[in-house]
Amino acid sequence: MISVKHLKKTFGELEVLKDINVEIKQKEVVVVIGPSGSGKSTFLRCLNLIESITEGTVEIDGKVLTDKKVDINKLRAEVGMVFQQFNLFPHKTVLQNITLPMITVRKWNKKDAEKKALELLAKVGLEDKAGVYPESLSGGQKQRVAIARALGMEPKVMLFDEPTSALDPEMVGEVLEVMKQLAQEGMTMVVVTHEMGFAREVGDRVIFMDQGYVVEENDPQSLFRNPQHERTQAFLSKVL
Amino acid sequence: MNFRFEIIMEYLPFLLEGMLLTLLMSVVGVLVGCILGFFIALGKMSKQAIIRIPFVWYINFLRGTPLLVQLFLFHYAVLPTVLGDTTAVTSVIVTLSLNSSAYVAEIFRAGLQSIDKGQAEAAHSLGMRKFQVMRYVLLPQAFKRSIPPLGNEFIVLLKDSSLGAMIAAPELLYWGRAAAGQYYVFWEPYLAVAVGYLILTLSLTYLLNYLERRFDVK
Ligand SMILES: Nc1ncnc2c1ncn2[C@@H]1O[C@H](COP(=O)(O)OP(=O)(O)OP(=O)(O)O)[C@@H](O)[C@H]1O
Ligand SMILES: [Mg+2]
Repeated sequence: MISVKHLKKTFGELEVLKDINVEIKQKEVVVVIGPSGSGKSTFLRCLNLIESITEGTVEIDGKVLTDKKVDINKLRAEVGMVFQQFNLFPHKTVLQNITLPMITVRKWNKKDAEKKALELLAKVGLEDKAGVYPESLSGGQKQRVAIARALGMEPKVMLFDEPTSALDPEMVGEVLEVMKQLAQEGMTMVVVTHEMGFAREVGDRVIFMDQGYVVEENDPQSLFRNPQHERTQAFLSKVL
Repeated sequence: MNFRFEIIMEYLPFLLEGMLLTLLMSVVGVLVGCILGFFIALGKMSKQAIIRIPFVWYINFLRGTPLLVQLFLFHYAVLPTVLGDTTAVTSVIVTLSLNSSAYVAEIFRAGLQSIDKGQAEAAHSLGMRKFQVMRYVLLPQAFKRSIPPLGNEFIVLLKDSSLGAMIAAPELLYWGRAAAGQYYVFWEPYLAVAVGYLILTLSLTYLLNYLERRFDVK
């Protein structure tokens, strides 16, 4: 589904991603962990070209992202992204947040879009919030709306960049619950998170990144119980 | 001191007419300024230097030279050359429009750049095109944030339109000067003119505050 080969990313002099090679299969849930500044967000952002790719190739669903012939916007619609800071549109209601891209990108008519948006809101447990503006929602509710908004595009892959890091502890659960449900439905997911419980329970594979490299990857049980690299051990001893 | 109220009364119809013209010229000026300013803001934010630089200098010129100098330049040189002929009111409106377009452009640009980067990223990540991101996500938010500074700009422009008196555009200050010239009195006409401007700017302030509250409701 996703195939990353020799991905490099530099910001000026700073080499943030050095040589990333990752294969992700359909319906797989891959959790990315690693210390702050290791390049996790940058890696994720390269997967839908919010950051440009300096070198290497990323292939999603058979399309090479750097190929000049590929319509980036079409491709991005296939790759949902959920951000740490939610990034809901504050001037739009919850319902409009979800329908806006459906109408402008997918060309749904308003009525169908609203019907589908209400279904998605029901799915994340927020159908009663359709008419309100994001500012009146709690962090957990905002993030669930953001997930519903991404799902409105019917993406083939969902990327999550620390979706619960900006939340009060009591709201983390409700967001993880929605993500778990998505995973069970067979969504292909790449999740950057510090929630090791989630990684263990839902992840098919954990990737440990450090200083721009994928240092180690394995299924969650093996990686957490039996890390092979010193750096992985050092990191895990801090977070587990 | 003998305050000759009757002079004000005699000139009152003219002063009121002048107020109307002052208001009219400023409203047209700020409206045209908003339209032009919008495109100039986009031009100035272009990533390509060849496109950006003319807009940068357009803004530099209009913000860096006195409005009165611009008015003379347009009234006596530019407009007669371009149009063959001009009237004082035309010159004032053109000058106010161009001058405010430079300030409005900076207001819009500041508004756009104050929007969190995550907004555009989220919109792009959903597959929206540049134009759609601008149209549906960034501009509505930037515009809302621009309302207070736009209101200020309007008030500044309204006061600056008094420079029109220097080329005999029959606005508010012009009629004050006319009264002063006729009777050789100064307190009466200039106080009346000042009160006239005050009425205009205060009414505008109230109107703008009302609009700001209205726009915040949702
Ligand atoms: N736009 C940018 N310009 C310059 N440097 C950047 C930019 N974005 C990220 N970086 C740098 O790239 C490095 C990796 O950043 P990145 O955000 O990918 O790390 P991360 O693993 O997600 O960290 P965190 O856990 O703190 O979110 C950091 O040193 C960061 O300062
Ligand atoms: Mg990050």
